[in-house]
Amino acid sequence: MVAEPPPPDNAAKQDFALETRGLERSFGALAVTRNVDFRLEQGARHALIGPNGAGKTTFINLVTGALKPSAGRILLGGSDVTALPQEQRVKRGLARTFQINTLYRGLSVLENVCLAIGERLGSGGRLFRPAGSHREVLLSAYALLERLRLADDASRLVRELPYGRQRLLEIAVALGLEPKVLLLDEPAAGVPSAESGIIIEVIESLPADLALLIIEHDMDLVFRLARRVTVLVQGTIMLEGTPREIAGDARVRDVYLGEREHR
Amino acid sequence: MSDTPLPSVATTSVRDRPLPEAVRRLARRHHPRVYEALPWLLATAGYFAFPDYRQLGAQVFIAILFALATDLILGYAGVITLGQAAFFGSGAYFCGILSAHGWSEPLSLLIAGAAAAAAVGFLSGFVVLRTTGLTQLMLTLIVAVMLGEAANKATGLTGGANGLQGMEIAPIFGVFELDLYGRTAYCYCLVLLFLGWLAVRTLIYSPFGRSLTGIRESEARMRAIGSPVFRRRLTAYVISAALCGVAGALLAETTQLVALDTLSFERSGAVVIMLIIGGVGRLYGAFLGVPIYMILQDRFAQADPTYWYFWIGVFLLLIVLFARGGIIGLVERGARLIRPRRRSVSTPGSENIG
Amino acid sequence: MTDAVSAVVSIGFHGVAFAMVLYLISVGLGVTMGLMGFVNLAHGVFAAAGGYVMTTLFNDEGVPFPLAVAIAAILVGSVSIVLERALYRRFYGGDELDQVLLTIAIVFIAIAGAKYIWGSEQAPMHPPHYLAGQIELGGRDFPAYRTFIIGAGAVLVTLLWLGLDRTRLGAKIRAAVDNRRMAQSVGINTSGLFSFTFALGTGLAALGGALGAEILPVFPGYPLDNLIFFLIVVAVGGLGTIRGPFFAALLLGVADTAFKYLLPEFGSFFIYALTLVILLVRPRGLFGQIGRA
Ligand SMILES: Nc1ncnc2c1ncn2[C@@H]1O[C@H](COP(=O)(O)OP(=O)(O)OP(=O)(O)O)[C@@H](O)[C@H]1O
Ligand SMILES: [Mg+2]
Repeated sequence: MVAEPPPPDNAAKQDFALETRGLERSFGALAVTRNVDFRLEQGARHALIGPNGAGKTTFINLVTGALKPSAGRILLGGSDVTALPQEQRVKRGLARTFQINTLYRGLSVLENVCLAIGERLGSGGRLFRPAGSHREVLLSAYALLERLRLADDASRLVRELPYGRQRLLEIAVALGLEPKVLLLDEPAAGVPSAESGIIIEVIESLPADLALLIIEHDMDLVFRLARRVTVLVQGTIMLEGTPREIAGDARVRDVYLGEREHR
Repeated sequence: MSDTPLPSVATTSVRDRPLPEAVRRLARRHHPRVYEALPWLLATAGYFAFPDYRQLGAQVFIAILFALATDLILGYAGVITLGQAAFFGSGAYFCGILSAHGWSEPLSLLIAGAAAAAAVGFLSGFVVLRTTGLTQLMLTLIVAVMLGEAANKATGLTGGANGLQGMEIAPIFGVFELDLYGRTAYCYCLVLLFLGWLAVRTLIYSPFGRSLTGIRESEARMRAIGSPVFRRRLTAYVISAALCGVAGALLAETTQLVALDTLSFERSGAVVIMLIIGGVGRLYGAFLGVPIYMILQDRFAQADPTYWYFWIGVFLLLIVLFARGGIIGLVERGARLIRPRRRSVSTPGSENIG
Repeated sequence: MTDAVSAVVSIGFHGVAFAMVLYLISVGLGVTMGLMGFVNLAHGVFAAAGGYVMTTLFNDEGVPFPLAVAIAAILVGSVSIVLERALYRRFYGGDELDQVLLTIAIVFIAIAGAKYIWGSEQAPMHPPHYLAGQIELGGRDFPAYRTFIIGAGAVLVTLLWLGLDRTRLGAKIRAAVDNRRMAQSVGINTSGLFSFTFALGTGLAALGGALGAEILPVFPGYPLDNLIFFLIVVAVGGLGTIRGPFFAALLLGVADTAFKYLLPEFGSFFIYALTLVILLVRPRGLFGQIGRA
């Protein structure tokens, strides 16, 4: 394979889009993230897999700052953001979607995206001019919806939207931030094929310099979208490699696929 | 499926076409509607129709202003508060104390009241807004109770349990004297209510106001899109406090008395109940909830002086079981039954209650 | 010198007695908040009900004191299940504003009800003759009834904690309070558990209200007037813990007694200030878990 990760010694020279060092987190007695050293290269297409409860979502929460780590460091584009609040990390180009839809359910689809774009353009805190006359925000939001085939639903309230379309909107809101690093938490899980097709298409057409980390259980999708895969088991990284290496690894099949068949 | 360009590039295409319907609708949302003139027409008519009730009318306007200000943080920012009287009372007392010491110009006194309340909001906001749920609610309560105790003890300044007396209020603009019949008070309070309403309305349709709604709808998402949630909440808290302070100062000026009840739990509780009756997070909830609560309280108290709050309790129970969203929520649901399409948005600021 | 010593002893003694009552009453409030995600502003109603039932049985019906207390706790606990099933349940994990409104409505109705049944006066509370007067401990005289409260409180708290530690049911409750998400995913029947826990909490509140009627006098406005104390105990103790509120109650009970003794004219001002400071430094309370954020 072409892109072998550089040996750790040179690590300081190259800035990874995202890097964690010795990341730890526990809930009470339960250690959910254990000594995770993870790297996401610039322009990466990287999948994070692992059985249920492995700590994948927690990892995203730590990286974005939604949760504070018990120990360890987080670097974005080479600079330490461990102490930065969530909004500062977003300003530096970090965006995420949620595994469980986390949208403004009582607002329209269009406004959901508008809020994100408004924050990106720095108009989110303006006190006087009505939101409706920030034309730039409205138009960018609408264009984004068109791209995700959501334009027909633009005026609908999110809570009236079918699940699959809500999943699409999750991605739309994140894309509204024009991220440099995008973390997708099971974007296509449980989504009907019509929408999952759009989701895959959108992911495939993301800018080449954007670094993508996608949590995904479906190995076919992982093969299709990812060039590298990290396997997380019980909070630690068990293995990292190309999709082919991962799929061929007996341990992964044991831990990961065995667990899946249980359900 | 077509090869649509990337999101960042795509924004050119919409610009070349006429505005899509959805965009136009959002762009128009803050435009005034005809029925929004209704409260003001009614209030103006009320001046002439009920000359004997002008003093009472002024008090109702003050209560509405107070409720409107409270809605900003209760309904829009989603902070459950049982301590809004802290701001109302701070405004009232600061205005009253200044005036008892010889500062009698009413407009500057309002500003002073607003500033005092804003300061209380800013300081207490740092503790209150860092917490959630039960703790937050308790802290709002504590701030008000503490101020109440302080006012009760500082008799030299506040008059303690006897209330603050000896206020002198000069004529407004040096012309309009606050008279016994409430002619001036009625107009004065109405104008200030109008200004307060204008301010709140501007705010809730501004990007800031939308982001408050966003925080209430989903704080986690709001953080994930990079919104400084604490700062936004604190800003809202301070603005709300300042407006509550204006309401308190207005009460002080028009009654020329400040009593401990301006800081009381009853006042904090009543304003929340009024809002819930009218409809929380709806610009006009305060306009409906306040008069309805006042009338109900009056009726119940007349019919059953010992147990009137029993009936208030029953009424609240009915609201929470059958009429979530208050009166305005009911109206909206009714409207949706009549026009059962997805264009369900009807009253300003109301589309966002879950 | 001896004056100072006896003041300290007296403050400690009365503070601890008050703390026992506060903890018994408040622990259920913290649990309904932590477990069911419910802001129960009506919690004091159950404590007041306990006080009323006990004084009625004991004063008017001549029921022996221990029996009157037990009946009060059991009766209030069982009746509360009806309320839980009919009203509270619909709002679990829902909008906090709805919960606040619902429980304020309950408080209003309860206050009016209490006034109707028992009048607006304080319910008279005279300890039974064998607990009246003073007893001597280590060369000092202590009010016998408050000594009894401390003893009874200590026994009850120990029983509660042991019960939660040692029984299957207790383990389930603890698991659910610690980590509701996990409890649900391992298939604990949360519905039944919620009802039982709710009843346990209100029963304990009734017990606290009954035993504590001499410290926190029972009258119609009880649920509102004392609400802030119950809330402080839970918030300072830390949501989602069962022991945290005990230490918060001790702190609050002793501090409040001390402030009232030393600076009586300032009421509870300093207690509130102390609470503000604690929560400024530790927004999740003294023993609150680091939790989500
Ligand atoms: N806020 C929390 N409090 C307590 N425990 C938590 C919390 N969040 C997660 N956990 C626990 O941490 C573990 C890892 O959870 P996480 O959601 O990160 O797993 P995951 O890998 O995303 O699983 P899934 O594939 O099911 O999404 C689980 O055991 C979960 O119960
Ligand atoms: Mg997950």
